[in-house]
Amino acid sequence: MATLNSNVPSGPIAQKWEQYKFNTKLINPANKRKYKIIVVGAGLAGSSAAATLAELGYEVHNFVFHDSPRRAHSVAAQGGINAAKNYQNDGDSVRRLFYDTIKGGDFRAREANVHRLAEVSVNIIDQCVAQGVPFAREYGGLLDNRSFGGAQVSRTFYARGQTGQQLLLGAYSALAKMIGAGAVKSYTHAEMLDLVVVDGHAKGIIVRNLQTGEITRHNADAVVLATGGYGNVYNLSTYARGSNATAIWRAYKRGACFGNPCYTQIHPTCIPVSGDYQSKLTLMSESLRNDGRVWVPKKKEDCKKRPQDIPEEDRDYYLERMYSAFGNLAPRDIASRAAKMVCDEGRGIGETGLGVYLDFADAIQRLGESKVRERYGNLFAMYHEITNEDAYRTPMRIYPAVHYTMGGLWVDYNLMSNLPGLFVLGEANFSDHGANRLGASALMQGLSDGYFVLPATISGYLASQNPGKRPKTDHESFKEAEENVQNITKKLLNNKGKRTPASFHKQLGKIMWEYCGMARNKAGLEKGIKEIAALREEYWKNVNVLGGAGEWNQQLENAGRIADFLELGELMCRDALHREESCGGHFREEYQYTKDDPEVQQGLVNPGDVKRRDDAFAYVAAWEYAGSVDKAPILNKEPLVYEEVHMSTRSYK
Amino acid sequence: MKVKLKVWRQKDRNSPGEFKTYESPALNENMSFLEMLDVVNEELANKGEEPIAFDHDCREGICGTCSCVINGKPHGPHRGVATCQTYMRSFKDGDTIVVEPFRAKAFPIIKDLVVDRKALDRIQFAGGFISVRTGSAPDANSIPVPKENADLAMDAAQCIQCGACVAACKNASAMLFVAAKVSHLGLLPQGQPERYKRVKAMVAQMDAEGFGACTVTGSCEAVCPKEISLDFIARMNRDYAVALLKGDPKPISGGGAG
Repeated sequence: MATLNSNVPSGPIAQKWEQYKFNTKLINPANKRKYKIIVVGAGLAGSSAAATLAELGYEVHNFVFHDSPRRAHSVAAQGGINAAKNYQNDGDSVRRLFYDTIKGGDFRAREANVHRLAEVSVNIIDQCVAQGVPFAREYGGLLDNRSFGGAQVSRTFYARGQTGQQLLLGAYSALAKMIGAGAVKSYTHAEMLDLVVVDGHAKGIIVRNLQTGEITRHNADAVVLATGGYGNVYNLSTYARGSNATAIWRAYKRGACFGNPCYTQIHPTCIPVSGDYQSKLTLMSESLRNDGRVWVPKKKEDCKKRPQDIPEEDRDYYLERMYSAFGNLAPRDIASRAAKMVCDEGRGIGETGLGVYLDFADAIQRLGESKVRERYGNLFAMYHEITNEDAYRTPMRIYPAVHYTMGGLWVDYNLMSNLPGLFVLGEANFSDHGANRLGASALMQGLSDGYFVLPATISGYLASQNPGKRPKTDHESFKEAEENVQNITKKLLNNKGKRTPASFHKQLGKIMWEYCGMARNKAGLEKGIKEIAALREEYWKNVNVLGGAGEWNQQLENAGRIADFLELGELMCRDALHREESCGGHFREEYQYTKDDPEVQQGLVNPGDVKRRDDAFAYVAAWEYAGSVDKAPILNKEPLVYEEVHMSTRSYK
Repeated sequence: MKVKLKVWRQKDRNSPGEFKTYESPALNENMSFLEMLDVVNEELANKGEEPIAFDHDCREGICGTCSCVINGKPHGPHRGVATCQTYMRSFKDGDTIVVEPFRAKAFPIIKDLVVDRKALDRIQFAGGFISVRTGSAPDANSIPVPKENADLAMDAAQCIQCGACVAACKNASAMLFVAAKVSHLGLLPQGQPERYKRVKAMVAQMDAEGFGACTVTGSCEAVCPKEISLDFIARMNRDYAVALLKGDPKPISGGGAG
């Protein structure tokens, strides 16, 4: 069994972080340059961490599989970033952001981490503005805010529909400065394929150069993974095609525990699937729900009619009906499930019947088309490009799609995994969003981890390490890890089967969506686990990878990532199967409110809402690799204790 | 629908390349251009032929990875979109589509349609930033920025660093890219202290990378997926001229108090 200690400092919650920073060992400025830190990934978390660590004086090596650090998928975030600035004077505070995030995560996140996130949020905005991030402004020149993702205050800062790109360019520019100054060594087209563990500590990585195929060893005093989420296990998602789980999965296989793998976020507003060739689902920013109204026809027989031909009284604005306090702004998990529910009732729209309308007619009438264009013009244009439909004239068609993974490698308060020396940031870790992430909180967490948290916590670990004794790359563990990587490559290339890697990915995605998607149940998950195991077996018998190892070979890259997805998918199903409750994005059909429950009768929740079981499942499930894919992984539990926020039924009515 | 593809195939940087022709399988007009390439590649792979290498990632027009010249135009027939946002409904059944990489001296070919655009990063490393150490920033609202300036800065900041401007330019100039970066930071009060140093450093690096000069043909603006305006080049030229007039700052001597 792994030892899991959350290392949450004692004391009142609002003082924990201050006190922690005071108590943490520092490293003398003259000694910092002796420490070498590897940062894998250059999204918001990776680039902000790499830049900040370099500013502090550490020797930083940054690795990305892209051709440039600016391409990481943080770039695609549209809506915004939360911060408890209370610039709108509408009652926001650190306490409220903390509370909203804990509640939004359905009481499955760690209190102390979330409070720290809320505290640090205000510094992030300062930092980004100083870097030149062109956030939206009011005519007086001050920053504008909007309400977003189930919040009743306006705390979201945004830059048109491309907040992610602008924040990433800010972090990238900080990184660029340090690369230019020689303080960060940047490796691009460099994919991490294994973690090197020496005497139980993470001390290096094995990397493949995607241009030449060369495999190299890199040692360090600490390794930081900021490699993003694993939603591409579903094949179809809003992730970039290149987003993958390989770095965290191979770290898992080296002993790092995987926390809550089944917590996935299905985003309610994406463009529906149109055909089997589809490679990608496109998100329409949730900010659209501020002004758009979601509806389906009341009657099944109206579903094939043109929306304009369905009179007002025959429309069911189901979010407004079911969740009157939050209406169209209900949190993502709730809005997604409601869409699934109405479609399951046969009231879905579009060719496939898997879609609902997002209608701007009212907003255009109220605000005028030019105002709507100013707010959402680029999103409407994007929608038009993809669907050839004009959302100013006819409602958008939307449907939920996989968007984010709240699960990830388990970390303690220091953001360090159970493997000492291995730090995990951003979406790659499990820590802050519980079972459901609120809109505009991913960008906040990535930058919080990278700019402010890790740079403060890593010194505590480094102070216990002697950089003079850093293992050299000729150490046995490096040799063994490199051989492992070479063997995987050889196995894939020598297999010479009959099917392409992509065909397996598609098939895996269908299994995952069917059995471990928006609604899960015992029988389905058991079936999913069997089917994935069978598919994995077939993969290693029948996959065919063309080309060689020593060249640019995209099929080989993908084949390695898909091999990992085929293992991770099974773990996700196992986690979902063991968690016999519903919480946030994890909906087990067996555990939902019915009309007989007192909470429904009191009007707190609707029938069909998720039913948590705090008595049995108020813990983080941290899965530990058992040494072989065929052995059942070991379940470790970190109990979740709520001292500040009373665990209650999550109500948005 | 079906199309005929005339695609540039090149094994690596040092091997000669050539056009090869492929018949596509049946396509759906709602496919994106890249999804069409996926389908063609699956078919090639199933026949044991090596798939066409092409760059792509986010597939929603923001990461700047995709980079095809389609029928002679970077990012294809439409204005204001990247290759990944080009849909097959823009073509007709039976069309022949010519697909090439972004060609420029500063973008060496890696394989087939994939080119190395790291030169653009190196321009950024030379000066594309505002120096602000983490933790040292003042309150975000302490410096008001007129909305017009913020909006204009945002127009420039939308650049996705794809390099289409370079590929479209007969001189393979990177002026629109550099101008967007210089203008984004130069328009904001936070970017003023390093404004002139920045433009000089970035232009110097641009020249060192082997990008050509600008002769203001406007082809860059015409293909830019973010429709970045040529005006920014004028703005950069002005900043650059002022920077030259200002000359270099005097070197400072070492030593300190105490």
